Amino acid sequence: MVTSISEPLSAPLDVGFDYTRSLGPVLGRFATELREHRVLGVRGSDGRVHVPPVEYDPVTAQPLTEFVQVGTEGTVTTWSWIPEPLAGQPLQRPFAWALIKLDGADTALLHAVDAGSPQAMAIGMRVRVRWTAEPVGGIRDIECFEPLDAPERAVAATPEPVTMITSPVHLRYLHSASPEESRYLRGLAEGRLLGQRCPACGKVYVPPRPACPTDGVPTEDEVELPDRGVVTTFCVVNVPFLGQRIKPPYVAAYVLLDGADIAFLHLVLGCAAEEVRMGMRVRAVWRPRESWGTTLENIDHFAPTGEPDAPYESFAQHL
Amino acid sequence: MAKQLAAVIGTGQTHHTAKRQDVSMAGLCREAIDRAMADAGVDWPEIDAVVLGKAPDLFEGVMMPELFLADALGATGKPLLRVHTAGSVGGSTGNVAASLVQSGVHRTVLAVAFEKQSESNAMWALSILPPFSMPVGAGAGGYFAPHVRSYIRRSGAPEHIGAVVAAKDRRNGARNPYAHLKQPDITVESVRSSPMLWDPIRYDETCPSSDGAAAVVIADESVASGRPAAWIHATAMRTEPTTFAGRDQVNPQAGRDAAAALWREAGITDPLSEVDVAEIYVPFSWFEPMWLENLGFSELGQGWKLTEAGETALGGRLPVNPSGGVLSSNPIGASGLLRFAEAAMQVMGRAGEHQVDGARIALGHAYGGGSQYFSLWVVGAERPGAR
Ligand SMILES: [Zn+2]
Repeated sequence: MVTSISEPLSAPLDVGFDYTRSLGPVLGRFATELREHRVLGVRGSDGRVHVPPVEYDPVTAQPLTEFVQVGTEGTVTTWSWIPEPLAGQPLQRPFAWALIKLDGADTALLHAVDAGSPQAMAIGMRVRVRWTAEPVGGIRDIECFEPLDAPERAVAATPEPVTMITSPVHLRYLHSASPEESRYLRGLAEGRLLGQRCPACGKVYVPPRPACPTDGVPTEDEVELPDRGVVTTFCVVNVPFLGQRIKPPYVAAYVLLDGADIAFLHLVLGCAAEEVRMGMRVRAVWRPRESWGTTLENIDHFAPTGEPDAPYESFAQHL
Repeated sequence: MAKQLAAVIGTGQTHHTAKRQDVSMAGLCREAIDRAMADAGVDWPEIDAVVLGKAPDLFEGVMMPELFLADALGATGKPLLRVHTAGSVGGSTGNVAASLVQSGVHRTVLAVAFEKQSESNAMWALSILPPFSMPVGAGAGGYFAPHVRSYIRRSGAPEHIGAVVAAKDRRNGARNPYAHLKQPDITVESVRSSPMLWDPIRYDETCPSSDGAAAVVIADESVASGRPAAWIHATAMRTEPTTFAGRDQVNPQAGRDAAAALWREAGITDPLSEVDVAEIYVPFSWFEPMWLENLGFSELGQGWKLTEAGETALGGRLPVNPSGGVLSSNPIGASGLLRFAEAAMQVMGRAGEHQVDGARIALGHAYGGGSQYFSLWVVGAERPGAR
C-alpha cells in the first residue's frame, strides 16, 4: 500500500513557436500603408469606417474593398492602466491599454498609450500615433499612442509591401505530475519501477494513474516491476523535425515490462534497427546513478537480453 | 424520437496546396464557403447558423479562431459553434451541423472547416514533450507507425499493400482539380522505393501538409426538396481514451461501435454490397485496410485483400477515396469535412472526373487523436427508406 503522502512533482514546460500569418488583401494593405505612416480603414455597407479594416462586412458578410485613409490622431474612448507590463507588451514601463477612435473612423482601435501615469489618462483625451523606429510590419509599426502635448519625434517612413507577419507565441506552464505519477518518478530516482494495480480489474499500470481508466476506481496497490520486458511493437524514426531530442534514426518501441498490463514508449539500442522485432526481450540500460533524476530518462534505453523472443500470443492483446 | 430529414444541398472547397500565402484564414474559409453557397444556390439571409471545425489550437497558435472569424463566416447575429475533435473535427463538424437540422432547431446550416498548415508546424505541435517523460515521440507518423506494424503482423498482409493504397489514392487525386498532390504516374514500385520515414511508413505513404478549407450547406426537407441533394441517412460519433490496458490500437472499439450504430441507423446490413463509394480518413496508407475492417467492410484480417484485389480502386467493388483522400490533400481541420463533402458530391453526381458511376449510397469517415474520435455519415441520392 502507498502510505507516505508527499508533494506532487512539478517542473516548467515552456512551449513556443514563431507562427506566421498570411495577411490577405485587406490586412496586407493595412500593414503596407502603416509602413508609409498612413492608417487605413475600410467602409462597411452601413457607411461605417472600420479601423483596423475588416475583410468581410459585419452586417452583410460581403467582402469589403473601399479603403478610407483616417487620421493619425484620435480620441480615447476607454482605457485601463497597466502598472506592471508583461514581456512582449508594447511598452516595458507602466502604460494604458486604450480603445482609440482615430479621426475619421467609426470603430476604436486597441493600442497602448504612453501617458506616464494614470492621472494623465482620461476618456475623451486626444492622442496621436508614435511610429516605431524599427518597423516589423503590422500593428507593431505603431509603437504606441501618446498625448498630443508630448514632444513629437520625427521617424522616417520605410515603405515596403507587407504580406505576412510573424506572430511568436510562448506559453510557460508549470507542469505537475499526479501524486501517483510523482511516487513513480521518485521511484525512478532510486532506480525502481513502481506501478499500481487496479483493485477491480487487476491490471497493473506503469506509470500508475490516479484512477483505472476502465473502472474509474483509485489504483492503490503498489507493484514493483522488473526492468525487463518485451517489445510489443515499434517503429524506426528516420525523420528529423523541429524540437527533436534524439538524433534519428532511432527505434521507438512500446516496452511491456514483465508483470505490467500496459506498454510505454522508449528507445531500443544495442542492436541494429533492422534486428528489432515484435516480441524481442529487452532490459533497461540505466544511466550512471549520479545522473539520475525523477524521470524515465534515467533509463537511457532498452537493449536486447538475448533470451528467446516472447511468443506473439503472449503480447497480442497488448497491441 | 424520429429525426427530421436533412440533406447536403451544396459543397465547396479550396484548391488545396502547401502554402496559400495570398489569403488570410478568413479568406481561405470564404473561398470554400462561397463555393458551397453558390453550389447550394443559397444566400446569407437563408443561413440560420454556422458550425466551424478546426484542429487543436496549437496547430496554428490561434485561440478560439471562431471569434475573430465570425464576420467572415457570416455569423453575425447567428448561432456560431466550434467543434473540436482533433483530426476527426471536419467530420464531427458535419455531424453537428446535421444534428441542428435533424433536431428541427434550424432549417439551413453552414458547416465549414479549415487548416492553414503553412502558418505553423504540426509535427512540432504533436511532439511537445512534458517534463519527466522520454523524448521518443515523433509526430503523427511516429505515433501511428507502431500500430501499422501491429496490423501487418496481426493480419499477415503482404508488405506492398500500403504502397497499393498510396499509388491508388494519389492517382485518384490527379483526377481531382482541388487536390494538393496530383501524381498520375505514381506506381506501387515508385512508392516502395520512396524513403522510409517512420518504418514501416514510407514518404509516399504519408499525407502532405496542406492549406485548405471545406464547406457544406445542410438543409431540412422543405428547403432541400426539388434541389440536387445528398440525403443524410445516418450519422455516428464515438470516442475512447488514448491509452488503457488492453486497448486495441489497431481496431479501436470506438470505431467499431460507431460503424455498428451507423449501419443500423442507415438500415445497412451488408456494407460492402450496399455502399457504392467510401471516403475514408487515410492519412497513412495502411489505414485503408485497417479501417475497412474496423468499419465492417470485411472480416478481421481480410481488409487488405480488398485493397490487393483492386476492389477499392475506381471501378472496383467499393471505390475508396476517389477524391484522392487525405493522402492527396491534408488541411487537417478540413480533412474530415472533405471526406463528408466528397461522399455528398458522389451521390449528387457532381464529382466530375472522380465520379463513381451510379453512386447512390456513400460513406464519409473521419478519425482523430490517437484513433480516439470517430465521425461518420452515410448519404444517399434518395431520401432514407426510398431504396
Ligand atoms: Zn481497472
